[in-house]
Amino acid sequence: MTKIDSELFAQIADLHDVPAGAYNIRKNGQLVGRQNSDGIVIESKADKAGINIHIKDGTVNKSVHIPVIVTETGLNDLVYNDFFIGENCDVLIVAGCGVHNAGDEKSGHDGIHTFHVGKNSKVRYVEKHLGIGKTKSQKILNPTTVIHLGENASLTMETTQLGGVTHSIRTTKADLEKGATLEIKESILTERDDFAETDFDVALNGANSKAHVISRSVAKGNSKQVFNSKIDGNNICFGHVECDAIIMDKAQVSSTPALQNTHPDASLTHEAAIGKIAGEQIIKLLTLGLTQPEAEEQIIKGFLK
Amino acid sequence: MLTLKNIKFATQEQGNKIILQDINFTFEKGKNYVITGANGCGKSTLAKVIMGIYPAASGQIILNGRDISKLDTTARARLGIAFAFQQPVRFKGLTARDMISTAYNSRFIGTENDTPKNRLTTSQACEYLSLVGLCAREYLDRELDNTLSGGELKRIEIASVLARNCELNIFDEPEAGIDIWSFSSLVNIFKRTIDKNRTNIIISHQEKLINSADVVILIADGRIVLSGAPNEVMPAIRDFKSCEKLKIN
Repeated sequence: MTKIDSELFAQIADLHDVPAGAYNIRKNGQLVGRQNSDGIVIESKADKAGINIHIKDGTVNKSVHIPVIVTETGLNDLVYNDFFIGENCDVLIVAGCGVHNAGDEKSGHDGIHTFHVGKNSKVRYVEKHLGIGKTKSQKILNPTTVIHLGENASLTMETTQLGGVTHSIRTTKADLEKGATLEIKESILTERDDFAETDFDVALNGANSKAHVISRSVAKGNSKQVFNSKIDGNNICFGHVECDAIIMDKAQVSSTPALQNTHPDASLTHEAAIGKIAGEQIIKLLTLGLTQPEAEEQIIKGFLK
Repeated sequence: MLTLKNIKFATQEQGNKIILQDINFTFEKGKNYVITGANGCGKSTLAKVIMGIYPAASGQIILNGRDISKLDTTARARLGIAFAFQQPVRFKGLTARDMISTAYNSRFIGTENDTPKNRLTTSQACEYLSLVGLCAREYLDRELDNTLSGGELKRIEIASVLARNCELNIFDEPEAGIDIWSFSSLVNIFKRTIDKNRTNIIISHQEKLINSADVVILIADGRIVLSGAPNEVMPAIRDFKSCEKLKIN
């Protein structure tokens, strides 16, 4: 493993060594390591690039790491990963992708993840995305996440774009059965001429299903971000979307939340705020002895935490 | 310790309306000062001028013999001035722990003591929260956002000022938003923070705080009109005619 590989794995999946539990590590489109664990079986797909991850009923306090890195310029890695999570499970899934592009051609990764979460199961899904290398080289990441939540299942998705990703379109679709809960926390940092688009589409089909989408983003330089979210309330349910963005320099952010109900007892709300760092926040931190750049850094770090 | 010489402040937003003028005063080390006066008389403005948040139009601010009039807020903070806002700022993402540790660790900026072993520990952060009557376990990792009440935020603000351990602490209406029971303990905290090297300047309307001061400064229409011990100044504040004249509420 090169120094760059180690840096990417550490940043996107907090991996400093071989992870405990099940894992599938992919580099430049190739499998470089895999391990199953008690209750978790990972197998390659026969028809296309990607893996199936089977998690047995009742698997609790287990984790699966499936990080991907791309370090070859000109490579676009497309992969399909399907998670079949049984009933009454409680698992942590860590994904994430890091691209190092030192060349002039586009490099990227399109990860298409589908989750089938069984009855009463609880999943925490963490993914981080990072681009490093030559500033002007294209580092493209387009993660797609499809989530099917069974009765009383819950999934918390923490998705973070750490920076350096020049172009990304992240698509998340979810449908929830009775009593299911989905929580999505998104943090995105764009700089220079980066572009990032987020599309959430959540269908609250089951009675008493709940979705809470929180997006926090910072756009610097000339970067542009687009945030689209749609929640359909098809039963007695609760859905809430929050989009907060800090804009700096000449950056632009567009937020379009859409709420739609087909059931009279659906409760759907949204709130959005886009603006510069509040002057009073900077002043408060100046009174603690920070300089203006230090104050801005602290506010952004906290905001995206 | 702090001397104000001919301080004048005018606001451009209201057509250069003069808010403060002819402010001359020396704050001594180890004393507790309360600045009082009617709403809009310039108390908070004076506090912000001392902290460098508002620039004085003219005059000098001398801190421990050094003219700090041209220094910005950061530099004044690093020289040992702490400031608690009347209306604390809310931050999405920053927690009480973040705020208190930033405040505490700022004392080491630019010194050889700025090392990880000197930085705020969790138990120290908990002590500062306990000092202002907050259960540390409940509040340490709470974000300073809309989920906190004004009173809770205010106590964290005061805790962050105490964590700075500065020579000069300025509290702008610390009683605002604080319930009556906590207010009594707040008065005790202010008394306890005073020692021979530490000075408090408290902006307040509260009689209890005024009576706890070593020196009370009465401001009206942007000028210091009276200063002295509470028993010297309180009659003027209580006097109906004076109240009318000075619009004391």
